[in-house]
Amino acid sequence: MKYIDEFNDPDLARRLLEEIHATATRPWALMEVCGGQTHSIIRHGIDQLLPEQVELIHGPGCPVCVTPLDVIDKALEIAARPEVIFCSFGDMLRVPGTDRDLFRVKGEGGDVRVVYSPLDALDLARRNPGRQVVFFAIGFETTAPANAMAVHQARRLGLDNFSLLVSHVRVPPAIEAIMTAPECRVQGFLAAGHVCSVMGTAEYPELAERHRVPIVVTGFEPLDILEGIRRAVHQLERGEHRVENAYPRAVREQGNPAALSMLEEVFEVVDRNWRGIGRIPASGWRLSDAFRAYDAEYRFDVTGIRTEEPAVCRAGEVLQGLIKPTECEAFGTACTPRTPLGATMVSTEGACAAYYLYRRMADGPAQRGSRIPREELNSIG
Amino acid sequence: MADLATEAAVDPANWTCPAPLRDQPVVVMGHGGGGALSAELIEQVFAPAYGNPTLAALTDSAVLDLGGARLAFSTDSYVVRPLFFPGGSLGDLAVNGTVNDLAMSGARPAYLSTAFVLEEGVEIDVVSRIAHAIGAAAEAAGVTVATGDTKVVESGHGDGVYVTTAGVGLVPDGVDIRPQRARPGDAVLVSGPIGLHGVAIMSVREGLEFGVEIASDTAPLAGLVAAMLAVTQDIHVLRDPTRGGLGASLNEIARASGTGVRLRERAIPVPDEVANACGFLGLDPLYVANEGRLVAFVPPEHAEAVLAAMRAHPQGAGAARIGECVAEHPGMVVVATGLGGTRVVDLPLGEQLPRIC
Repeated sequence: MKYIDEFNDPDLARRLLEEIHATATRPWALMEVCGGQTHSIIRHGIDQLLPEQVELIHGPGCPVCVTPLDVIDKALEIAARPEVIFCSFGDMLRVPGTDRDLFRVKGEGGDVRVVYSPLDALDLARRNPGRQVVFFAIGFETTAPANAMAVHQARRLGLDNFSLLVSHVRVPPAIEAIMTAPECRVQGFLAAGHVCSVMGTAEYPELAERHRVPIVVTGFEPLDILEGIRRAVHQLERGEHRVENAYPRAVREQGNPAALSMLEEVFEVVDRNWRGIGRIPASGWRLSDAFRAYDAEYRFDVTGIRTEEPAVCRAGEVLQGLIKPTECEAFGTACTPRTPLGATMVSTEGACAAYYLYRRMADGPAQRGSRIPREELNSIG
Repeated sequence: MADLATEAAVDPANWTCPAPLRDQPVVVMGHGGGGALSAELIEQVFAPAYGNPTLAALTDSAVLDLGGARLAFSTDSYVVRPLFFPGGSLGDLAVNGTVNDLAMSGARPAYLSTAFVLEEGVEIDVVSRIAHAIGAAAEAAGVTVATGDTKVVESGHGDGVYVTTAGVGLVPDGVDIRPQRARPGDAVLVSGPIGLHGVAIMSVREGLEFGVEIASDTAPLAGLVAAMLAVTQDIHVLRDPTRGGLGASLNEIARASGTGVRLRERAIPVPDEVANACGFLGLDPLYVANEGRLVAFVPPEHAEAVLAAMRAHPQGAGAARIGECVAEHPGMVVVATGLGGTRVVDLPLGEQLPRIC
């Protein structure tokens, strides 16, 4: 298939794998920042094919996973209001709040709708002048520009029944937080290609230099990921720590200027809580004062939210790369996609869900230490 | 992470669980998605209410002994939006869906009933077009619509038109097709490209445009099944992977038979337009609905001949051998990825949700 098969070619993958096997002489721990990369790694079984010395650690880059509980509870409260049409990307509907999720609100009569773009929500606002349309604006630098555009358009069109519930987060402060953690094991990063396609790579050289880690901008198809790993291992073996762009078909150093100017006009940088991790300075965006009228938190009185996370859930440690999902006591037992304790088990991009869905090979629901024996691999297919 | 809040120490005895899905007090869309939530609704609500050995088989159609004849019997409701879509309509689905459920027992479908639930305000012309589609589809499938019913609900209490069809057919002597008969060694065959129906519906329902028009695969499969049975009556399992897609159907077969299924990802026919749409939306083609495909478990000695017969039939032109039934990992479906890794294909929870990015 055009544009896809080229990046899924088994022969090329084999060559890249052979080079990674030949290059890696010592143990290296790389973090793929983005949940989409985690999903692709597990879906294609890439981690099973790497040499034992190369460990992939799953990063915090699942927007659904890191949206804080209090924001989800605010979403649930707003969505339950009769005057509201609450619009969200699909994978947020199943994320547990303190005592329910958006599917439940929908089942109880809330007007909750899955949209594929904030502009769809804007269109709903235009066609339903008597209703309040709220879009759940979550995600990283990837989704933020379109959400900024939606607000911009709403003001231009004079739509005063449209607002955003904003929980945007930024990747570079998260990398900084991970690298300054005392338990940090990460020695190199596969940076999220789509984030860099918006933001460019200007923020990374300083991070790479200060923490002496290679940062390789990496795409999402199997060959993209293998190439990212190959380059990162190559740098590590040589004692280098540069920023490399292994995703040049999508990423320019300067990013996307139109998207950047839209972000700058509509949002301002703030400290943000990350679910399971905590507060990271300058790691989020909110609507700037000029657009405050479109902020659902201001429009609807949703203060006084009280939240409580399950103590057993170790999603935060998973998100920081401190443990593998299978090392959590609840994995596959108390916590499954059917009964998720944390968002990492809910989102399809979440590391726990990815492990659960793609990596259970034993009879039981959970298999610890989930690397599949080589002989099993060879006997399949 | 010095300046960040850390998780509390793990104490399984005292954890509090906010999980909202543990006990669903209300029906959610996922209960109709053909995945784990659908199965739980049947197991926890319907089976205890009127369970019996026939129902417990949980096959697409029940096979009943009636006056010496082996009768296949099935019913299904159709609530698709929009009512007309590329490649078909609600009427086509209402016939083909039930005809196919009968065919998956090896039956020759014979008679159908149709029950309409109409919402006040629906144009008569719309009802007429659906009725004509039903008539045409029934003729194409070789079945007779023998009885029917019509109800009207007040405006706002329905979604235009709902159609329920039930059907009966005769199962030939010597044919015993059901999920429990899957055996290690069986070849797993699929009758053609997967995912077309689900992507076609999504493309019109959600206003998504993928650059090419994708038509539903809705079609009657009884003729294809007859062609397969002409090769050998010893076909172990047939299933039409509708809601929940191929992934859900194979999981149901694996669980019902206590066997495992191994698939080869690169052997599974996924059309480019389906792969692209799924890639765009973050969906897995294995879980996307089909309406004119079947999956078959066939003893290995007959596999190539059955596959050839499928390919010689118009509904099976794109048939492929996609894997095997195995004794390892019972109840589980595993796929060997194109790169040489493996992953589990689980029963989906409910409907697939498009990913954020």
